[in-house]
Amino acid sequence: MITFTDVGKVYPNRHEALKQVNLHIPKGELSFITGHSGAGKSTLLRLIALIDRQSTGQILVDGQNLERITGGRIPYYRRNIGYIFQDHRLLPDRTVFDNVALPLVIGGNRRPEIVRRTRAALDKVGLLSREKAYPATLSSGEQQRVGIARAVVNRPPVLLADEPTGNLDPDLSQEIMTLFERFNQVGVTVLIATHDIQLISRLNHRIISLKAGVVSDTPATLSA
Amino acid sequence: MNTRANLNTAQTTRSRKRFFLMPWLLSHLQSLFYSLGHIYRNPANNLMTAAVIGISLALPFGLYLMLENAKQVGEGWQGSPRISLFLQDDVSTTEAEVLAADLRKLSRISSVEVVDPDAALAEFKASSGFGDALNALDANPLPHVLLIQPAFLLDQADADKLLNNLKTRNEVHLAQYDQEWVQRLQAIMVITQRGVIILSSMLAFAVIVVVGNTIRLGIHNRREEIEIGKLFGATDGFIRRPFLYTGMFYGLAGSIMAWLLLTICFTLLSTPVSQLSALYHSGFELSGLNLAGSLLLLLTGIVLGLAGSWLAVRRYLRQMDSSQ
Repeated sequence: MITFTDVGKVYPNRHEALKQVNLHIPKGELSFITGHSGAGKSTLLRLIALIDRQSTGQILVDGQNLERITGGRIPYYRRNIGYIFQDHRLLPDRTVFDNVALPLVIGGNRRPEIVRRTRAALDKVGLLSREKAYPATLSSGEQQRVGIARAVVNRPPVLLADEPTGNLDPDLSQEIMTLFERFNQVGVTVLIATHDIQLISRLNHRIISLKAGVVSDTPATLSA
Repeated sequence: MNTRANLNTAQTTRSRKRFFLMPWLLSHLQSLFYSLGHIYRNPANNLMTAAVIGISLALPFGLYLMLENAKQVGEGWQGSPRISLFLQDDVSTTEAEVLAADLRKLSRISSVEVVDPDAALAEFKASSGFGDALNALDANPLPHVLLIQPAFLLDQADADKLLNNLKTRNEVHLAQYDQEWVQRLQAIMVITQRGVIILSSMLAFAVIVVVGNTIRLGIHNRREEIEIGKLFGATDGFIRRPFLYTGMFYGLAGSIMAWLLLTICFTLLSTPVSQLSALYHSGFELSGLNLAGSLLLLLTGIVLGLAGSWLAVRRYLRQMDSSQ
């Protein structure tokens, strides 16, 4: 699904975030990317979501060379990716329902379809009863679940999560991870950047370690 | 039968077309109400923006209307290329009468009227309102004047020849077309027209800047929303649309304000202008904005509003792309 070939990324301030990353993430896999802050975890996700561009090398997502996706094609590419932020980035002046519905509105769906799928996504994260609430009235765990509902609402084949449990206590973190596993079970390719080694070492999934922009891979069977 | 069949196909094509247009129309309606909602939630600021646009639009349109009215006045006096012949000061009334009789014999002249200096002074005193000032003069400063109506259908070249001929006569101090002031007026009007065009362009630019700046602030307040939207696949068009509608509403509201301003101003002016034109025995009436003018005003507002917001959003989207 996602293939990195000799990918490097140098930021304009000459910071070298990634050096020659080679990586293959098969379709339907759930993998973790770990590493200290500044190891390049976020950069890796940002390159996949086309928020940033790699400086060298090649990235293939679902057979598409990302270098060829430019200008007006970027929005349509991004509709295939669900993105979850550490600080969830919900819009404070919109209800939970409207926040989750955003990708569907952007996709030009009809109202009944929007209502049906938004409710379904909220139901999956267990927040259907809070659809009329505003984000500020929710706990941080609930806010993160709204963020996840928004990312999955238009059923993207790829889900990227950047430190989704960064602000949560262990119990809530476990809950969120279980949620990701459930989406993974229905065939979604999930890539989660996290530094919570304790939590992920208990889960039987592939762990990709980034150290100063270089990858050291641990297959799922070994980490178990 | 046949008609019914045709009707049916027409209905299916229409409904099919409606089906295809639906999402497009829906998303436009969505943006429209969305931006209306944003305007509605901040009435004071938006009203001020609309007022600035309104005044900026009312000025050039008002000047243009004034100019059109002035043109009408000028045209009303254009018909008679009468020649005024101012005689030398020492020419007596009898000599003037003799000259008039002489001139009447010319085929290129249809009529000659002698204006006696005393009569002219009396008329001037009565109509100008300078009566007391004129009483202070020892002697009548006005010369004899012959008002010459050239023959009907005399063309401009012949009229010029006649004028030059008249100028060479000893008794004549000055010969000129009565309409010369009309020509001067027209020359002034051409300059004024240019001035109005220049002013209009500057004010149009001002409207674009005002709308652009307001939209820029709106974009700034909704930056988070735009960034999130872009990450979830919003196209530039999707992001642009509500701002374009907002700009359009600013332009529309501004032009409606301009229309109101102009209507009020012209209503206030129309009575004194009619009184003035009555004093000149003219049926002239001040004409305000007609239907075409009103539509042009609305259209101008809308187009300028759209232009301003389009430029603001384009600039923002470019900045965003380059920062990535």
